[in-house]
Amino acid sequence: MKPRRSNLLGRFTKWVGALSLVLVTTLGGSTALAIAPNPTQDITSQYAIQGTIRQGAANPVEGAVINVVGEGFEGSATTNARGKWEINVPNKGSYTVTLDLATLPEGAKLKPGFENVRTVEIDKVNTVVAIFPLVEIDDPNVTPPPTTNVVLSRIFAGLNFGILLAMAAIGLSLIYGTTGLSNFAHGEMVTIGALTMFTFNRVMGLDIILSALLATAIVTAFGYTQDAVLWRPLRKKRIGITQMMIVSIGLSIVIRYFLQLVYGGDTKVLSQGTTWNIFGVLMPAINVICAGISIIALLGFAWFLTRTRIGKATRAVSDNAALAASTGIDVERIVRIVWVVAAALTGLSGVFIGLYFQAAWDTGFSILLLLFAAVTLGGLGTAFGAAVGALIVGMFVELSTLVIPPDLKFAGALIVLILVLLFRPQGVLGRKQRIG
Amino acid sequence: MEQILANALGELLTPMTAAYALAAIGLAMHFGFTGLLNFGQAAYMLVGAYAFAMSTLAGLGLVPAILISFAASIVLSFVLGIPTLRLRSDYLAIVTIAAAEILRFIVSTTGLNDVTGGPQGLSGFARDFYSINPFPAGEYGFWAWTMDEKGLWVRVVAWSLVIIAALFVSKMIRSPWGRVIKGIREDEDAVRSLGKNVYSYKMQSLIIGGMLGTLAGIVFVLPRAVQPGNFGTGLTFFIWTILLLGGAATVLGPIIGSMIFWVLLSLTDGLLSAGVDSGVITFITQNQIGGIRFMLVGIGLMLLVIFRPQGIFGNKKELYFNG
Repeated sequence: MKPRRSNLLGRFTKWVGALSLVLVTTLGGSTALAIAPNPTQDITSQYAIQGTIRQGAANPVEGAVINVVGEGFEGSATTNARGKWEINVPNKGSYTVTLDLATLPEGAKLKPGFENVRTVEIDKVNTVVAIFPLVEIDDPNVTPPPTTNVVLSRIFAGLNFGILLAMAAIGLSLIYGTTGLSNFAHGEMVTIGALTMFTFNRVMGLDIILSALLATAIVTAFGYTQDAVLWRPLRKKRIGITQMMIVSIGLSIVIRYFLQLVYGGDTKVLSQGTTWNIFGVLMPAINVICAGISIIALLGFAWFLTRTRIGKATRAVSDNAALAASTGIDVERIVRIVWVVAAALTGLSGVFIGLYFQAAWDTGFSILLLLFAAVTLGGLGTAFGAAVGALIVGMFVELSTLVIPPDLKFAGALIVLILVLLFRPQGVLGRKQRIG
Repeated sequence: MEQILANALGELLTPMTAAYALAAIGLAMHFGFTGLLNFGQAAYMLVGAYAFAMSTLAGLGLVPAILISFAASIVLSFVLGIPTLRLRSDYLAIVTIAAAEILRFIVSTTGLNDVTGGPQGLSGFARDFYSINPFPAGEYGFWAWTMDEKGLWVRVVAWSLVIIAALFVSKMIRSPWGRVIKGIREDEDAVRSLGKNVYSYKMQSLIIGGMLGTLAGIVFVLPRAVQPGNFGTGLTFFIWTILLLGGAATVLGPIIGSMIFWVLLSLTDGLLSAGVDSGVITFITQNQIGGIRFMLVGIGLMLLVIFRPQGIFGNKKELYFNG
């Protein structure tokens, strides 16, 4: 094996003399890639992605938000009064640029045939342009949209997001309630749902409903296997819940980067075309349908938990596993069922979240903390609480963009989490003794 | 081949290794000795890095900048500790990880471009530090450890800090204060029944460990630019892996853990990359190696926690994960 010229010492000898740069290279070297690729130079002067967003020549769009992800870098920009935006990126490579459709003015939409997610390569030139052409408006004096409509559209988006979060949050809460595991690998089940949906629907070209069912089935099987192969043996070994939590962090890292290996680091576009007008708010049809199906699934789950024998047994195990076991409930069997039900709900949620937000290798991880926030808000381990918490989080995330910059909307939801712990640690629906 | 080995062994002394060791010593204080599940060590590092960079860029000297960083770190400890230290341990885990992400979102928001540099971060803040470099220009060291005078200066400072921190923590742990702290880890209620204010002791531990994390943040950014992307949850998980590798309830563990961790990562990286270049490994490309090593870290973390939770140097009796 020949030593590679491009590595540490090779670069070192080449760059002696380029004083300030040498330091970064020798010290950073190969390890600089550890967390995120570090620039070897001051990045403000190097690579950039830019563009202009306008509805026709006379109508630039101000305040539209563009996000860039790729090569370990994340950034966002807002268009200025002339509709221009620019994001500096640290390295050459491939970046996914997303135009946040929710930040466009009322009625603005992309020209047919264009998606709001694009992949750009920075290779030969340092600055590339990403274009999102909007349908042109000739009237230079477009009236700004009435605020009520903006608020209403945010409320709808919040409800929609909240409902999707609710299914995954219930899954997380069920597992926590019955096994005590704060499962940090839960987000990856969401991701697997979204990405397998992409495989079935976009790569293999299957029917959308069939794809959704298959994707959910795969996540369900994954949940069952995960419990059988990993968590059940660990429970048998009587490993503490803190240790299990750290194991789940390890598992989350492994699955996430495995998915990145298989699917690559770019965003997979899943959204579909048509939009519906609901009370004057334009909503993608698919999102409305997903929300409807989710509500049915949530109601079905509520029926299962309160009316069936297994559901009642689940709640008993959740309350007190030892006591439940002494009344003849097979706790391990219940835990197995819980994993299957939780994975199914989470997988379905993943499919819908993919359709709502697009799918990427870290989709689930990026909402994991929101799920924890939802579960904690509702009261750790209470299934219905998690649903309520998810709705609050979803609403808060979307409504907060009316006041704070959109790239801070997740931060807002997490601040609420801390405030709730400060004033009502048992959560909205939790009981006091749970906080122990 | 020799090149790969040299790269890997070069990692032993990098300021990066020192920074991770410092952060892991802080985490050992939190988790190993007090039993606090802090999953937001990245937040402390972020606070250190940004407070230091912003103060020096504002024209303050090195000492005021470091003092400001420590003050910010203490404020963060109160913000994290007050709502959660009375609650069950997994709440602290969730709140700390959430706080770390909140801070990262805030410093990288484009609205704060003028203050924090937004998504691009900050650079050019370390001039003061390098201007007091006592070493004359030239090349130092040999073989895998060749460096220029700046590299030598930053390494000397970083590793001195690591040694001071390690001595300080081992002194603290052997003091009466340390015995109370360890008592809290073993049985909080027993310590409370002895009339100790458990909450206050936990807060003190959180502050001290957090300040070490802050110092680590400063060391981490001295040789590079401050970039918000570096302070994600991945950073915290790496520090946890290092801590558990060396042994959570030890002082030497985090240091050796950090060295082993970075040498192994660099080694696997080099070997994989050489394998891909020479055509031995065909199922991945050069770009995917970064992902593979994250997977290795994840697998390592899982195996460690399941099979050797006390780490390489730890004593099994000393460490339970209670919770």
